[in-house]
Parts: sequence; structure tokens; C-alpha cells
Amino acid sequence: MKATGGALIASRRRRFDIWDVLIRLTLIIASLACLLPFVHVVSKSFSEDAYVIANKVFLWPAGFTTEAYGKIFADASILRSFYVSVVVTALFTLLGMILTICAAYPLSRKQLKGRVTLTIIFTFPLFFSGGIIPEYMLINNLGMLDTIWSLILPLAFSSFNLLIMKSALTNSIPVSLEESARIDGAGHFRILWSVVLPLSKPIMATLALFFAVGRWNAYMDALFYIKQNVDLRPLQLKLYYLVIQASESFQLEATQVSLSNPEVLKASCVVFATVPILCIYPFIQKYFVQGVMLGAIKE
Amino acid sequence: MKVESASANFETALKPSKRESKGILHYFRRDWQLYLLLLLPLSFVLVFKYAPMTGLVLAFKEYKIAKGFWGSEWVGFEVFRDIFAKPDFAKAVRNTLLLNVLDLIFSFTMPIVLALLLNEVKSIRFKRVNQTLLYLPHFLSWIIIGAVAYQLLGEGSGMVNNAIEALGGTRIPFLQDDTNWLISYLAIGVWYSMGWGTIIYLASISGVNPDLYEAATVDGAGRWRKMWNVTIPSIRFTIVTLLIMNLGKVMDGSFERVFALQNKATTEYTTTIPVLVYRWGIESGNFSRATALGLFQAVIGLALVLLADRIAKKLGEDGLI
Repeated sequence: MKATGGALIASRRRRFDIWDVLIRLTLIIASLACLLPFVHVVSKSFSEDAYVIANKVFLWPAGFTTEAYGKIFADASILRSFYVSVVVTALFTLLGMILTICAAYPLSRKQLKGRVTLTIIFTFPLFFSGGIIPEYMLINNLGMLDTIWSLILPLAFSSFNLLIMKSALTNSIPVSLEESARIDGAGHFRILWSVVLPLSKPIMATLALFFAVGRWNAYMDALFYIKQNVDLRPLQLKLYYLVIQASESFQLEATQVSLSNPEVLKASCVVFATVPILCIYPFIQKYFVQGVMLGAIKE
Repeated sequence: MKVESASANFETALKPSKRESKGILHYFRRDWQLYLLLLLPLSFVLVFKYAPMTGLVLAFKEYKIAKGFWGSEWVGFEVFRDIFAKPDFAKAVRNTLLLNVLDLIFSFTMPIVLALLLNEVKSIRFKRVNQTLLYLPHFLSWIIIGAVAYQLLGEGSGMVNNAIEALGGTRIPFLQDDTNWLISYLAIGVWYSMGWGTIIYLASISGVNPDLYEAATVDGAGRWRKMWNVTIPSIRFTIVTLLIMNLGKVMDGSFERVFALQNKATTEYTTTIPVLVYRWGIESGNFSRATALGLFQAVIGLALVLLADRIAKKLGEDGLI
């Protein structure tokens, strides 16, 4: 017994452990599987058409050129879609946060009469919903089809984010702090504004990112609600028509003689739509991880 | 005044029976600010979540645009009888279950394996770089993932096929053949979720009492023995809870994922329930039929979630609801 223990410690001390190497190797392969597809797309987007048509581009651009990007920035409809996405995401996140805070704070106060019933009303939509068609008809009846509001209002309230915010407020704000504020003569508005919100900045950052990234990436509702008014297509939907369905061609200038290989343009479109997320990704990752943990903990 | 209300709060906490007699007006007067705050989110929930639920009556009506929502005739379960007889319906139900169950089988285990491996790595920097890369797919939209998938796996010009051909093999229609499409769909699912899924397991592993590892080391347990006899039993409850939660979702749609990966050549597995709802309702304008199908899915989905919750509670878990 002791001998094996001793042997084990001895083997620990050895500098080279084959399992350590294999484990690291497996992890590196998995990570590369996540990274390399994007490296390829980026390489393709910077390559010359001839090399791409000849299937010669792998993980490094061949015949470096930024021609495809020039075309994207000359295409007013793509830039317009980008602009729509930015505006929608900003308004959606702002509204989503206001709704979440306005619901989470009262529901996290134990003194609120009818708290349980109200919480059930707010969270029941997590488990049951009217579904695609009734929601579509509602948007239609409200006259919001083909308007920017159909992308902002319907999903702005999220039961899931409310639950996260509510449990964060319940756990992180000490009751004694709130009580002393009340003794000092502060009302609920005042307590929310001056005590609760400044103390919950991290969770607010997390939820704002949940709202923003979720809105930026979603396209299902836009696919349903933005039909006629093509100017209002958010970037993801534009990309769907452009790249996936390929039903729509790029707006090329009439004077342009050489037509680019669509593969290169597609690749550069993907990069164009991915870069905004990639730019903020290193900074937002940790907030997302925290959010996942909070979402896993129930009240 | 404020002090009074605070003390009143304490009193009533001790004597709840007296509270009833005070009437609801008292609470409104005391906490009117809280109720005022709730007004805005409540109106959003009522308009955008509950109002559509009334639209579900369409499933029991023969919807005619001319007659309108309320004027259309009641037909009982006629619409359901109608859709149950459609061949597309059986296909959509089969595909929804098939895609989700296979997804569960393949996508569920990978995060556990990766979390166990990441836990074995001592270097924090190595771990962090790997995690950053592994989480990346989760932040991108299904449109981007679909586009990247076609850039890589396309038959004519996909990079993987180019590599296969360069190595002397023949091109494989990864996404343009029904069976291959299904395999690619599942593989992309594993790729998408393998990193992100580790977060909860890593948190669970970090909560394991270090004394257990020490005791195991003293008893002569090696790396794999410790993993098998200490780590895995310690995170067993997390695994079971997540498994049950996922079982409750096997009727869910994953519309965006299917829609971004589908193409005209592969229609065998791409008709899932939400896709069919979209086709019947929004593309063809048959609202009654599409609503009935959506209701069918929602009811079974709710039943599955409640069942999953029951099972979790039976197993001594907290439950999901």
C-alpha cells in the first residue's frame, strides 16, 4: 500500500507524464476545432477569386486582397442592415433592462402582498406560450408587421432574465441595508435608485449582455415579421437571404465588370457579421459565465 | 410614517391572521411604489405573452380572413383530426423527437468529458485560453454557423472536401444528402455546445471537497481512479438534473438551427414541428392548422417539463420549477 503511494508520488515528480500530454492534446484539438473554421472563412474572405475557385485556400489567404470588403462597404443594403441591427439591439437592451428591473425589484421584496401570484404570472410564459401563429397574428393586429417595433417590443420582457435578476437581488442586497434606508426616510423608488441599483452593477452588466447578444443573433422573429419592408432587415436576416438561401444577389454597381466569386463575398459577409461579436467577446465572456451560474441556481 | 410602516411590517410577520383583516387597500397604500413599478412589465407580459394565448382558440375554429378572428366558425377538434391525418405531421413529430433525442445522446456527454479533462489541467493560462476558444461558437448566431458550415462542408468548394480531394479521396456531400445531413447536424450541435456546457460542470467540480482527493491520494488512487471514484460521483446530481431538464425539452423546436442548416436537397429530416408551423401558417396562410400544430407541441412540451420536474423531485433534487 505504502509502496504504491510512494511510487505515485515519485511518478508525480517526474517531469514527463504521458497522460498530461494526452489530455492537453485532446483539449488543444477541441479548441482548434472551434477556432479553425473561422480562420478558414477569414482567409477565404481575403483571398483572390482565382485561388478560391481552384479550391486552393485553406487556413491562409492566397493572393491577399481586400476587394470583397470593398464591395460590402459599397453595398448600401448591407450597411443599412447593420445599422438596423445596431439600433434594434440598443433599444431592445435598454427596454429589456428597464422591464427586468421594474419587475425584479418588487418581486424580490418579501413584504409585497401577492408576490407569489405575481411571480407565477411573470414566469408561466417560460413553460407555455401561444406559439408562432398566435404571436404573429397579435403583431399583425397591432399593426407592427414590417416595423422596427416588431423586433423590439415582443421579446423585450424575458421571464428567464427576470428570474436571474430576482434571485440576484434577493441574495445580494442585505435586508438590513434596505431597512436602514427606509428608516432614513427613503421610499421604494429612492431605495431602488440609490441603494439597489448601484449594488447590482455586475448582474446588470450580465443581463444587458444577455439581451444584447441574444437580440443581435436572433433572426426567427425577423424572418416572420419583416417581409415587405426589406430596408428593415436586421443583419442576421440579411445574411440569411444573402448567404444561406443565396436568393438575393449582391448589389453590384452597373459599371463593375468583373463579378466576384460569390464564395469570397459570402465569406467576407460572414466575417463582417462576426467581427462585432468577436471584438467584444473577450470582455463579455466572464459576465456570460457568471450569468450561466446564476441561471442554474434557483431561488 | 416610514418607520411606522417598517414596524407594521414586523408586526404582521408575527401575526399573519390579523393581516387579512386589514384589506388589500392597506398594502396598496403602503407599497404603491412597488405596484407602480410592476405596472409596466405586467402590461408587457399580458400583451405579448398572455394575449397570444387567446389566439389558441383558432385551433378549434375554421379561420376565414373574411369572417375574422371571432366570427370564424367553431369546429371542435376537426382541425386536429385534419392535421393528424397529414403525412407531414407524422414526419414532423418523428423528426422533432429524432433530432432532439440524438442531440441529447451526443451533445450531452461531450461537455462532461471536456470538463473532466479541463479539471486535470494545472496551468491556469492554458485552461483559460482553451475555455475562451471552446466557448466561442456559443456567441455566434445560427446563421453564421450555418454559413460557416457550408463554407467548410459544402460539396463543391467546402474546405474539408478540398482537403479530402487533395489527399486523394472523393468528395462527400456532407450537407447535401439526407443521412449525411443528419450526422452533420448532430456534429455541429456537439461542436456548438461542447465548450459552453462545461461551465456548470466545472462549477460543480470546483465545489468538491478537496479532502476527498487528499484521502484518495493517501489511499493510493491515481488520476483516473480519483476522477472515477471522487469527481464523477460528486457531480452526479448535476449530471442527472441537467439530463432530466434536457429530457423535458425533447419536443422543442430549434427552429433557427434547422432553418440555417437546411437546403433544398435534404428535406427528409428538416421538417420539424416549428418548421411545419412556419410553412403551414406564415407561408401558406393556413392559420388554424398551424395554430393547432403549435398547440399540440406546446401541450406536450408542458407535460414533459412537468414530468421532468416530478422525476427530479422524486430523485431528491430541488426540482426545476
